Amino acid sequence: MQTSRVCQIRLGYPDMMELVAPAGNLPSLKAAVDNGATAVYFGFRDATNARHFAGLNFSPAKMAQGIEYAHRRGVKVFLALNTYPQPEGWERWQSAVDRAAELNVDAMITADIGMLDYAARRHPDLNLHLSVQGSATNYEALRFYQEHFGIRRAVVPRVLSLSQVEHLVEHSPVEVEVFGFGSLCVMVEGRCILSSYATGQSPNTFGACSPASHVEWRETSAGLETRLGGVLIERYGKDENAGYPTLCKGRFQVGDHTFHAIEEPTSLNTLELLPQLKQAGVVAIKIEGRQRSPVYVAQVIKVWRAALDACERDPENYSPDEAWMSELGKVSEGTQTTLGAYSRPWQ
Amino acid sequence: MKLSVGPVLYYWPKDRLLEFYDVLMDSPVDIVYIGETICSKRTLMRTEDWLELGERLTAAGKEVVMSTLVLLEAESEMKRLRRLCADERFLVEANDLGAVQLLKGRPFVAGHSVNIYNSGTLRVLSEQGMKRWVFPLELSSQTLEDMQRTRPDGVETELFVYGRMPLAYSARCFTARAHNLPKDDCQYRCIDYPDGLTLSTQDDNRFLAINGIQTQSARTINLLGELDRIQALGVDILRISPQSNRMDQVIGVFNRCLEGSLDLEEGSGRLASLMPVGPCDGYWHGSAGMDYVA
Repeated sequence: MQTSRVCQIRLGYPDMMELVAPAGNLPSLKAAVDNGATAVYFGFRDATNARHFAGLNFSPAKMAQGIEYAHRRGVKVFLALNTYPQPEGWERWQSAVDRAAELNVDAMITADIGMLDYAARRHPDLNLHLSVQGSATNYEALRFYQEHFGIRRAVVPRVLSLSQVEHLVEHSPVEVEVFGFGSLCVMVEGRCILSSYATGQSPNTFGACSPASHVEWRETSAGLETRLGGVLIERYGKDENAGYPTLCKGRFQVGDHTFHAIEEPTSLNTLELLPQLKQAGVVAIKIEGRQRSPVYVAQVIKVWRAALDACERDPENYSPDEAWMSELGKVSEGTQTTLGAYSRPWQ
Repeated sequence: MKLSVGPVLYYWPKDRLLEFYDVLMDSPVDIVYIGETICSKRTLMRTEDWLELGERLTAAGKEVVMSTLVLLEAESEMKRLRRLCADERFLVEANDLGAVQLLKGRPFVAGHSVNIYNSGTLRVLSEQGMKRWVFPLELSSQTLEDMQRTRPDGVETELFVYGRMPLAYSARCFTARAHNLPKDDCQYRCIDYPDGLTLSTQDDNRFLAINGIQTQSARTINLLGELDRIQALGVDILRISPQSNRMDQVIGVFNRCLEGSLDLEEGSGRLASLMPVGPCDGYWHGSAGMDYVA
């Protein structure tokens, strides 16, 4: 552990962990910048990124404004181009990479090997981050991406335990960024096609999981039902709050039991692990939620800024403030949070 | 076109597994993928056992490919992977880029979880020594056609044509979760479900199958009816994914259709009666994977 920290300082990495905030639109970007993000990430208004939702993302003009707003305040900007193009879409994705290189962004976040190869050869000055959609969970995979495309950083899937993160960082040739808060993907990102199994569209191909265009809400005698691609995901009783039918978060029957067989509607929250993540040498904490409102971004980033500052000041005596936890709980999916793969039952 | 049998994705008792391979030795299958690809805790077959099985299958005239873990997290898993990648007796199927990295300079097969979605990726990996790739499950025949057009020389294309489809992987074990057990005390419950544990919606639609950390389709993909188009697209190998019952019959149907001694429609009908739940083929036709178009 000590070695990796010394190594980072020697290489000139900032010693303070970055707070990487979601920006689904310009107001969210401003909210993130104004509340203490060190970097923001966003995408074009099309299927080239993994939050391809109606009304979300940036037109070229808004993108230029956003970049200027962030850079003036010393905040970095990362552009997500993290879906997997097929031959039919290759030229559109390729031109998105070219556009990204012309913009003054600090990094492009990408998953597909063909795209990384194109970007590295055509735009050698473009700083590349491996997207979480690249499914890299071990340092040999990170070495592959570093050796072939010169990636500088990797965002790792939400399936690693703390000791696995420590081990990964120790042997990684690149910086490691982890998810800190937001909707929890329980599957290895980039290798989950549950969404396209039910709808024909997945994060890899279309940039969206459980797309809204395939969602139905039906009031029935058995209660309110939510369906995805016609498949019953959830049935709500009278006193239950209905949530969005993300495929893996419904109640299903296995044997004689009906329960959240894959995952509950819940958000990841690693606030209590900050000192350990810092000690492990993680360089950045990513907040999920480009599809959420500017108010959400402001609230969440504010809490995380305060927590990161407290952790930097005195990591040994750090513990998450109750007010922070309750603030985050309120904006969480199903108003509950989990440590996900960092928690014991997963190991 | 050749026929292959993919790795057994489930945890079967050792004697049952070896029996399965004994039967395969006399079957009209050309290529056999072996090895544990889902969970490193499944150790009834140790690395030595897989290697020994590989020798026996080779002696029976089969081309043997060692398949590897899809989700690599722990150093113990990397160690086992290194050993398989260093053993030059067998071709290795990489199911993660970590394996691709370790196989540097050696020919290898890229499994469907490697995500080869376009010609650029196909080219980069072929430059690294990839001699065969498995077409990603969620892509359509149109995409396959586009990719076959620019496929580098010397690279074979393999298509997953039969079996419950792998749809997702997690660090969480869903079989243990269904039994209310933590993963570190899973009691190897997955051994009780030789074709996975079926997960149904609340209105009794058999939707998915749980196989440890893997989630599969409850329905079985069957592209037998598409054989002519598959052949026209220049696919080299058809992969059949193992199920616990009547695999000899499944292989037999494919083989007879390939030989031309069985009509495709009749063959598909026979296969439908051999599946745990029923057929699907939506991905191939560019729609939802669970759909059955043919």
